[in-house]
This record gives sequence, structure tokens and C-alpha cells, in this order.
Amino acid sequence: MASTNWTIKDLEHWDARIRAKAEEFGLSCFAQEFEVCDHNQMMGYMSYSGMPAHYPHWSYGKAYEKLKTLYDHGVSGLPYEMVINSNPSLAYLMEGNSLCLQLLTIAHVYGHNDFFANNFTFRETRPELTLSNFKLRAERVRDYIEDPSIGQERVEEVLDAAHALSLNCRRHHAIRKLSREEQVERALASELPPHDPYGGIHKAAERREVDLNKVPLEPEEDILLFIRDHNPYLGDWAKDLLTIVHDEAQYFIPQIETKIMNEGWASFWHHRIMNSLELPPDLHMEFLVHHNQVVRPHPGSINPYYLGFKLWHDILRRYDEPTADEIEKYGPPDKSGMEKIFEVREVDRDVSFLRRFLTEEMMREMDMIQYERDQGDMVITRVSDSENWRVVKETLLRSVGMGSLPVLRIEDADYGHNRVLFVRHMHDGRDLHIEYAEKTLAYLHQLWGREVILHTQLQGNEVLLSYSAEGFARKRVR
Amino acid sequence: MAIFRPYSESEALRSDRSAGDRQRHRQKVREAIRGNIADIVAEESIIGQSRDKIIKVPIRGIKEYRFVYGDNSPGAGTGTGDSEPGQVIGKADQEGEGAGAAGNQPGVDYYETDVTLEELIEIMFEDLELPAMERKRLREVMSERLSKRKGFRKVGVRVHLDKRRTAIARLRRRMATRGGVKAEQAVEAPEGETQEPRFPFHRDDMTYKRLSRDIRPQSNAVVMCIMDTSGSMDTLKKYLARSFFFLLYQFVRTKYANVEVVFIAHHTAAREVSEEEFFHKGESGGTLISSGYNKALEIIQERYHPSLWNIYAFHCSDGDNWASDNAAAVKAARELCSVANLFGYGEIKPLNAGHYESSMLDIFDEVDEPNFHSLVIERKEDIWPGFKAFLTQEQAAAEVG
Repeated sequence: MASTNWTIKDLEHWDARIRAKAEEFGLSCFAQEFEVCDHNQMMGYMSYSGMPAHYPHWSYGKAYEKLKTLYDHGVSGLPYEMVINSNPSLAYLMEGNSLCLQLLTIAHVYGHNDFFANNFTFRETRPELTLSNFKLRAERVRDYIEDPSIGQERVEEVLDAAHALSLNCRRHHAIRKLSREEQVERALASELPPHDPYGGIHKAAERREVDLNKVPLEPEEDILLFIRDHNPYLGDWAKDLLTIVHDEAQYFIPQIETKIMNEGWASFWHHRIMNSLELPPDLHMEFLVHHNQVVRPHPGSINPYYLGFKLWHDILRRYDEPTADEIEKYGPPDKSGMEKIFEVREVDRDVSFLRRFLTEEMMREMDMIQYERDQGDMVITRVSDSENWRVVKETLLRSVGMGSLPVLRIEDADYGHNRVLFVRHMHDGRDLHIEYAEKTLAYLHQLWGREVILHTQLQGNEVLLSYSAEGFARKRVR
Repeated sequence: MAIFRPYSESEALRSDRSAGDRQRHRQKVREAIRGNIADIVAEESIIGQSRDKIIKVPIRGIKEYRFVYGDNSPGAGTGTGDSEPGQVIGKADQEGEGAGAAGNQPGVDYYETDVTLEELIEIMFEDLELPAMERKRLREVMSERLSKRKGFRKVGVRVHLDKRRTAIARLRRRMATRGGVKAEQAVEAPEGETQEPRFPFHRDDMTYKRLSRDIRPQSNAVVMCIMDTSGSMDTLKKYLARSFFFLLYQFVRTKYANVEVVFIAHHTAAREVSEEEFFHKGESGGTLISSGYNKALEIIQERYHPSLWNIYAFHCSDGDNWASDNAAAVKAARELCSVANLFGYGEIKPLNAGHYESSMLDIFDEVDEPNFHSLVIERKEDIWPGFKAFLTQEQAAAEVG
């Protein structure tokens, strides 16, 4: 290819310099491996989330076809890089890219690598086991497909349903899940009347009976695991498939939760490293062009590279050169900008990151808006002026990471003493997409094997959506 | 020090790991096309096209459902620097990937798939069975096919030349004559290199396939399209009728080797017409449905004897018949049922047509033959379900009967 003006030797040479710079700046990375691949392989890796081994499912074929269609029609290019959270970190470079792009990519990859290695959300992902875990899961799924008593159709049915529910799980791993015994203890404690210093003059509070036979005792968010543990009619293989899909989702959730920080961090560092390399002028020019392509705003949506890049720079500035206003508002900085950003990259995820560091000034500078659907159009409803910036910010906070997905809780697995599954949608002002809810409930019904009822709100009315052998039904709560 | 694994082409060629999943996805797409056939049939473009025509079929992608938020959840984004409330920033339908911070809004997942009409028809009819097919065996007729291979010969016409055998024969001859080629035959190449001497084909090398006429029993079918062309049948009604005939013809074609079509147009009198005339020419005046049926019976009598032909007849009308003809029409319909495998009556009643129009449906209730079926077509969307009902209900009736 004409643009390929480099050899592996060149890459190794530049990589050594980039890595040295990265360490000099204070990044602490896992070991890094790069694989050079062509665009077909890249599309393959992308459709399987970068995993060299992954279990088969038609949805990955669909992802591939979609990428390929977009790519063939020139609608979208391919990313320059793909990194996975593993130790050693594994990244892919495109064979046809120019030397400049490869250097940018390598520098960017070290940013991600450092983020994966240090951000708290990734602490439990066991990166040293990533590749082997995905490989083992793939082998298990293949075994089930090849098992004549199970076969592709049935495996696919369970996977389809499990995929639909895989992100309906516990989000905050910092909050420990209580064991059954602890839940019982807590339930019994709640039976006692609340302490009342004026008990002498009040009527004694009635003792509330807690039904300890209730399943689950406390609302449960890990839907796949709950079904696995409480539907006795599922075969072991089906239970294992639910575990596999659940585990895989657990691996990806930290990435969903830190998209803006992570891409911003990688962009921040590729920018800084490349600028410090004293590149020849033509390489440097090319770099600036590519860099601006990556971190430009996408009007009408959020480009995580842009938003993250801006915010990291702003934090750095606020701690190194705060304005008089800022000192008045937040007090003098207690640490240097660098210390601060390294601390933040460790202890935040997108929601807290934006909540803490997206200021009114930044929102105005980036012209952040809130838009809503008005018949066939998307219309701006609020802009970041002094009156509305908080509203726009709240809207943004609700739509980043897992916040963009509704929270569901299983409240009763024996509703009406009929093994009906009662699930509550924790409604926060946003209604469910009804077609999607219907189809997903069908999957839940399929896995549970009995009727499922979902309590939610539609246009201000409480409704029960249910799915049973008779199909979908919806009725208002009186 | 990072490890770099260089690009290896052989690795790239070998590792098409998504192949299986892609194939499985395409199977699903095919099933989705089948599920959307009612919509596709309602599209004008497929009717009256050649079977090689490539059709872009927009099908809904195989969606992957989750619990997601619907229309009433606002999104946040960056603007262009001068945003004002009330500005339109895009179409809601295009939202999906990209718009919406995390891209978790359900996108409209449309695919366009290229299929040939041939393929589409194949998918359409995959799970339809033609009722009364068992009678087919009784109605086989000898037909001639020039296709049976019967060895080889040295003379023949060019299209039957067996290139492979011919080339092998030349090679054999060349091996046998090695060294025997005369020196002067070697041609001097421009740069002075000696080229291989030419070794042309000889008449003896030529090997032709021998084909013999093969006569075997074939099942034949005729589709009789009968349509009311009286003044009340406007363009929309004719279009609906035409779509139905198209399906019927294409479907019968998938089941029989030889399919002929007869077009009968009728108002007060019936005549056999060309396809062109059938669909495009309008006439004025009243309607005598019996005339159309009698014409069909007449043609069957002359050219498509029921002992040799499978007959599928279908009649489209808007139900506006002269009352005095009703008894005759019922009688003729009964007669048609007795000779045809399947006879159907489709009443075309576009929704905007008034309720005052008369209907033949009640009158045809009297025709209680098992291979008779009547249906109403009100809109384009009714065509496919109507067509399926035409085949399956009759089948159910046949099973009961």
C-alpha cells in the first residue's frame, strides 16, 4: 500500500521513545502487545469486541456485516486502533495506515492501557485472565452447540434472551451484595419498632411482620443470575450460558461507565506525547490534522474524545493556573494539576467525573444543549445559559454510561403465589420504549418459564406490562 | 518494550472467523424477508419485472432488543456554538447510533438487501404448498426436453463443444508427436528468444457432446386470469387485481415445469386478450360475470383439457354485477370448480369506495365446492394475506372434506 512508509523496525524504534515518554509523564501501564492487521481482520476484531477468541453468535455476524457495509460505502472509516482491557494489553494497528497514524495510535493506546490499569472500575475485571476467560467461554459455548442433545438452535435461543437482559444487572460494585443470611438479619432488624424517646406518651408502634419466605428478600438487579438460581427447570447448560453472558457483561460495564474519561485520557496523552517527541515538521502537521479529526465536536451528540479531552485540560488548568474567580469560588488549589488528574483518573467514572468537573463555563464554551423529540424532529429545548445549564447537565449525567439504561429490580419471584415474576422499573421520568419492552419481556418470560409482570409508568400513568403464554398485555394500575 | 506482531497475509486469509456467524445472520435476514413479504408485495416495483431483476429489499434488521428508554427521554449534546432553544438539529428517525450520548437509543436498524426477483419468489413461496397438488399426477402430459446427455461424438455444433475433452485430446496428440514438429514451424520471437512452436487444434481433437431428445412426462398448468374490465374497475382496483394475478402466476410457476397463462377480460361480453390489453385497457358499460366464466370454460374445452392440465383460475371483480346474471354466474362458477384444481374469486373493494356498492360475496356463498375460495382485497397490504388464505384455507377445506 502506498501510504505504508514504515517497517516493524520503525514502529519498535518509535514505540520505545513513546513508552519512555509515557513513563516519564507518570503513566503506569501493563505490558503492551501490538498486532498489525488488515481492514478485514480489524472489522473481525471490532465485531467481537477485540477478543481473539469469542463464542459464536449471529449478532456478531450482523455487527460485521454492518461495519463492512458502512466501510464499503465509505460512510465511516475504521478506527485507527482497538485496545482491549487485558494484561498484557492487546491492541491492533491497521496495516495500511501511515507512520504518523501508527505513532498517534501507539501513544493513544498507552493512554488507554494506563487507564485500564489504574481506574477503580476495572479493579475487579482480572485483566490477566481476560483472554483465557473469553477463550474458555467460547469453548464451553461451542461444546453446547456441538452437543447433539442441545444444538445450535437451543443455544441461540438462550443466548438471544440472555443478551437482551445482560445489562440489567447490579451497577455499583462498591456496594457489597448482602448474603441471604445478612438480608434475613436486616429484615428481622427492621421488624423491631423504631426507637421512640417519647414512647411513654405515644401509642406503641405496631410490630411489622416480615415475610422471610419471600424471594428475593430484597429487590434484586442481577436478572440473569437470579433466573439462573431460581428457575429449577433450566438445564445446566442453559444456566451456564446465563453465567457466561453475565460474566461477559461484567467485563464490559466498566468500559461503558468510563467511556468519556477513558477516550479523553487517551487523547490527552497522545496529544502530549506526540508534541513532546520533536517530530519532523511534516509528520507533526499530519499528526495535528488527525488529532483534530478525532477530538472535534459532533454537533447534536457527544463525542467522548472531545468532551474528555477538553475536561482533562480544564482540570489541569484549574489546578495550575486558576483564575481569580475560581480561587474565590473553590479556594486555592491544594495540589498540582498533574497530581489532580492522576488522582481523578483513578477514583472517578463518567458520571462523577462530569458531575465534579463539568463547569458552567465549560458547558457554555462547548455550547452544550438538551434536545427532545418533537414529532419527526430533534429540537433543542435548552441551552447552557445561566438559567438552564444545570438542567442540561443533569440530562447529560443521566444519559452517560449505564445511566442511559433503565434500572429494573426483581421484587417477587412468587407473585400471587403463582411463581409469577414481578419486576419493577425504577421510573425516573423517562418512559420505556414500549416495542423494545414488549420484546425484551418476551425474552424474560422465555427464560423464567412463567408469567412475568413489569411495573412501570407510561405518560404519567402506572402500568403493568406482562408477558405470559398468552402473549403481551398491558393494563393500568387502578 | 512492546511486542509487535507483524501483519501476515496468510494469517489474514485463514482467519475469517466471523464467517459462520455471518452466515447464520444471513439466514436470519432471509427469514426476516419472509416475514416482511406482505410489505414487499405491496411495493409496486416487483410486479411485471423480469426474474433477473435485482430488487433492493429494505428489511428491518434483526433487532437486538433490550430495555431502553423511549421517545420522552431528552438527550444532551454539544452544539455548533450558536444554539438557540427551538432549533431543529436533525430528524428524530436518524437518531440512534451517534446521537444520544451513549448510543443506546434504539436506532432504526434498516438494511437494504439485494435479491433477485427469482430469489425473492423462492423465499416467498418456501413454505406455501399448492393445494390440490396430488391431482397433478393424474394430469401429466408428455413434454419434450432436449437435454439428455448421451456420450460424445466428433461432429456437432459449436455450442455442444466439450472444451475440456477437446483440450485433453490436443494434449494427448501433442505428447504423441513430441519431436515430430518440424523445425521451420518454430516462430522467431521479437527479442530473439525461440518460442514454443505453435501446436494448433486439429479437427480430430474436437469433441462434442451428444444430446438426445428426451421425452418425459411433465406436469402442466394453466393460470386463468379473469378480470372484470367494466367501467367501475378503476386503475387502483386493476392494480390490486394485477398484483394478485402476479403472485398466483409466479407461484404456480414454481410448482410446474410448463405454465401457461390465459387472460380473459369481461364486461357484458368476454374475450381472450393479451397481457398488455388485459391490464391497461378499460372499457365502459355494465357487467355480466357469467360471460367471463363461460369464456374460460370454452377455452378450457378447446385447449386445456382438464385431464392433461392443472387449472388454476382466479377472477377479480369489484362485485358490481347485474342482478339478473347472478344465477348464471353461480352455475358457471360451479362448472369451473368441477374442472379446475382451484378456483378463486377476489372482490376488490378499495377502502375509500362507498358502502353502497353491491357485492358478489354473499351470492357466491352458494358455491360450496371445496376448491372454491373467495376473498376481499381492500388495500395493497391485503394481497399477501389474501393470497396465503386462498391457498391455505382451501387446503384446510380439502383436509376436512
